[in-house]
Amino acid sequence: MSDIAERVKKIVVDHLGVEESKVVEAASFIDDLGADSLDTVELVMAFEEEFGVEIPDDAAEKILSVKDAIDFIKANGPAA
Amino acid sequence: MFNLTGKSALVTGASGGIGASIARALHAQGAAVALSGTRVAPLEALAAELGERAHVVPGNLSEAEAITKLLKDAETALGRIDILVNNAGLTRDQIAMRMKDEDWQSVLDVNLTAAFRLSRGVMRGMMKQRWGRIINITSVVGVTGNPGQANYAASKAGLIGMSKSLAAELASRNITVNCVAPGFIATAMTDALNDEQKDKLLPAIPAGRMGEPGEIAAGVVYLASEEAAYVTGQTLHINGGMAMI
Repeated sequence: MSDIAERVKKIVVDHLGVEESKVVEAASFIDDLGADSLDTVELVMAFEEEFGVEIPDDAAEKILSVKDAIDFIKANGPAA
Repeated sequence: MFNLTGKSALVTGASGGIGASIARALHAQGAAVALSGTRVAPLEALAAELGERAHVVPGNLSEAEAITKLLKDAETALGRIDILVNNAGLTRDQIAMRMKDEDWQSVLDVNLTAAFRLSRGVMRGMMKQRWGRIINITSVVGVTGNPGQANYAASKAGLIGMSKSLAAELASRNITVNCVAPGFIATAMTDALNDEQKDKLLPAIPAGRMGEPGEIAAGVVYLASEEAAYVTGQTLHINGGMAMI
C-alpha cells in the first residue's frame, strides 16, 4: 500500500516541481504546494492515468491534499 | 509561415460558406480536418474535394448528447483535436417585441452553449499535450448590436466574453482562445438580404464591398498557427472597416 503513497507523491513532485520533503501526506496542493486550480485538475488527470482509475468531478473536487489522493486511490482500487 | 502540418482541426458549421472556407484554408496549410454540420451532403462533397486528411462528423449542436458524440467521433477520426473552430451559428431574426422564447433559446443553444460544451470537451486533451487553439467565430453585431438580432448579437457577444475567460484560464498551458468577428461576408446568410438592404449596407462599409469567406479563413489560419502563440483573448475584426473597435 505504501507503493501507492510513493507513486502519488512522485506525481505531485514531478508535476508541481516542489521539493520532495514538502510533499507530506497532510500537504494541501493549493495552500502548501503552490498549485493553482488548473494544476489540481492536471494532478487528477495524472492520477487517473497512473492508477487506471476514473475520478469523477464531484470526487475530484474533494481531493485537496496528498492524503486525499492516496485515500481515494486506495478506496477505489488501482489497477496496479 | 502558418504551417499546420501534423495538426488536427475540428470545424463546426463546415457546410456553410465561411465554415467550408475555414476548413479549406486549414487543410491547405497541412492540417487534418473534421467537418461538422447538420447537412451531410455538402460535408461529404467538401471532404471529397479536399481528399486526404478530411473527415465528416455530422452532429446537431442543439443537443448535449450529440455534442458528446461529435467530440468522440472527431477524436476517433483525427486521433486528437489540436484546433477547435466554433463556427456553427444560426439566426432567428425578429424585433425583440415579437421574438419568441424558442427563437431566443435556439440561437443561444447553438451559437453559445454548444461552443462552450465543445470547448470544455477539447480542453483535457489540449492541456495534456500543452498545445491548443480554440477559435470562436463571433460577429461584428456582437459588439455593435443590430436591430432584429437581439438573440444573435447576445450569443455573439457571449462568445467574446467566454473566450476571454477561457483564454485567462488556459494561457499557461499554451492554449490560446480567440475570436474572429466577420462583418458582412458574401454567403448564403447574407444572400438572403434584398437589394434595398444591400444598398443601405454598402455605404456603411469603408471598403465599399462585402467580404469574402476566404478573408475570414485567413484570420483563422493565423490564430491557429504557431506564430500566433502570444495572441490570446482577442477578437480579430474582419469587416472592411465598418466598425473600428
